[in-house]
Amino acid sequence: MPFLEAVRLALQTIRAQKLKSGFSAIGVFIGVTFLIGAWSIVNGMNRYMTDKFAGTLVGVNTFHLRRRPNVNFNVEDSVWRAWRRRPRIKFADADAVTQGLRMPVVTAWYSEDRGSVEYNGKVAKDITLEGATERYFDIMNLKIADGRAFTPQESKAGTTVVVLGYDLAQKLFPGVNPIGRTVRIHGIPYRVIGVVERQGNLLGISLDKFVVAPALSPIQREVNPPGVVDALIVKANSELEMRDAMDQTEAIMRSRRHLRPRQDDNFVMETSEGVLDFWKKLSRILYVVGPGLVGVALVVGGIVIMNIMLMAVAERTREIGIRKSLGARRRDILRQFLAESAALATVGATLGIGTGIALSLLLKVATPLPAAVSPFSILLGVVVGGGVGIVAGVYPASRASRLDPIAALRQE
Amino acid sequence: MTDVQAFRTGDTPLPDIVILTHKLTRDYDMGGEVVRALRGVSLQIRKNEYVAVMGPSGSGKSTLMNLIGCLDTPTAGEYWLNGQKVSALSDDELARIRNKEIGFVFQTFNLLPRANALHNVELPLIYAGLPTKDRRARAARALARVGLADRMDHRPNELSGGQRQRVAIARALVNEPSILLADEPTGNLDSTTSAELMQVFQDLHHQGQTIVMVTHEHDIAAHAARVVTLRDGLVATDQLRAA
Repeated sequence: MPFLEAVRLALQTIRAQKLKSGFSAIGVFIGVTFLIGAWSIVNGMNRYMTDKFAGTLVGVNTFHLRRRPNVNFNVEDSVWRAWRRRPRIKFADADAVTQGLRMPVVTAWYSEDRGSVEYNGKVAKDITLEGATERYFDIMNLKIADGRAFTPQESKAGTTVVVLGYDLAQKLFPGVNPIGRTVRIHGIPYRVIGVVERQGNLLGISLDKFVVAPALSPIQREVNPPGVVDALIVKANSELEMRDAMDQTEAIMRSRRHLRPRQDDNFVMETSEGVLDFWKKLSRILYVVGPGLVGVALVVGGIVIMNIMLMAVAERTREIGIRKSLGARRRDILRQFLAESAALATVGATLGIGTGIALSLLLKVATPLPAAVSPFSILLGVVVGGGVGIVAGVYPASRASRLDPIAALRQE
Repeated sequence: MTDVQAFRTGDTPLPDIVILTHKLTRDYDMGGEVVRALRGVSLQIRKNEYVAVMGPSGSGKSTLMNLIGCLDTPTAGEYWLNGQKVSALSDDELARIRNKEIGFVFQTFNLLPRANALHNVELPLIYAGLPTKDRRARAARALARVGLADRMDHRPNELSGGQRQRVAIARALVNEPSILLADEPTGNLDSTTSAELMQVFQDLHHQGQTIVMVTHEHDIAAHAARVVTLRDGLVATDQLRAA
């Protein structure tokens, strides 16, 4: 019997026994759904982490000189306490580093805290209040949608001007142009000079609820003690120059703080790579655990198919006898049953792929979790699904093919 | 005995002998006890003969039937089919012989319940490796020959017993086999339908088909031109009847 004939026969049998076929395909279906779904989540997270998360928090070719890491996961109490005892980054530190670096870099001061912003009796709460110098916008790639950013003069003078995040502008000035109007932050008036382009969100948290004012303006009082910044942000032209800049910064800071050679740094230089380290550790675990779970599901699916096929062979013993009496060779019967189990598994896998894709699209739309279906996982789903079917079908099919035609024909 | 030349081991059958068995024996091992179903059956059946094999149950007629139909292989002895020594063939070769040389008609019809009449008749052609178009055409022609041209897309459970048996006959003949092998073909039919079926066999016989039919009914056997009776695994009588 030619291959196509076997496949056609298999599909016929599946169509004739929809319920039973449905049950036997369900194992592979679940396995493949999970494979596609889990893979797309890990894949999406991966892309998200590398493209957006690290880039948004830290920036490309950029490092932040801070007292302690800003992005940290699962830190022990003792470490945390040690971090809190460290001296803060002072204006003078930031200036010394900026002047001491011998390669072309762009730097900005940065401090932040949470607070509320008021306009005309309307109050927006839980807004990120940011004090920064003028190059902050370039370094963090914040584009001005409307108006302008503050000038070096305004920055140096500590003028009470402010640039709004998109969401905040929408909230305080619905249908009104905010440029030129005055908002109040803890009672102090600031003139709105610009609105930043919409940034979207990061893991469900809006990135557009902030104000930026010059670091030397009265906003300093809201975000840090006098003379202190959260971070000095340094952006170099290349990764190589960034590494050099980090080495020089370390040297400058160590000498300013009179650290002995055996003492550890009491400050950190955070890069996007550092943020990614954590994610890499996590994704490595996911890449091991995910396939393991998928494997278990597929093995179960395979066993279900094998069982169903053994039942099918027992049930259709007479059919096998008839086929043999009409000239079917062992390999014809073998091929028929193999094709059937492979087709069952492939049908399950195909449905699984469809559901998996639908599931990850749903996740993408309904949750902040980024999901991206990888074409490789689809290919893998088909191959693995069909393979499970063939492997599970070998034993039942070979049993069928070895049936004695006389005994098989006698079966009721 | 019919007047054919006696066969000895080492001989080759005459060209018009379709079936030749020589001292054919078949033993079954039933849990340590050996049952000798056939004890040395020698038969020669010519082209276009119509032979009925009779005998009480346990006489070995089913065993003989299975051996002639290449569903089973003998313990000892020789079986020649159309000048080919079948008793020495492999599994796959036996499957090919069943496909090309033998058309089975069973007491219980043995049609595939989920397949329609046309597909049932197509089956031997699938295993013969014919392309789909030829298969369809030949199967349809075979069904038309047994008067079921308008029942091709009916499933077995939508057909009467007589119609089912005619589908089985169409299937048996679709590959133009050397012998039509019928095992109690009227066992599940009423007397009217049985008579019709015997007429079909008669017609086939007149068209030149070689037929071997196992039955235990004397009036059915009476339709055959030759009656072989088995008893205790041996040929007891072998008679030609007036046509």
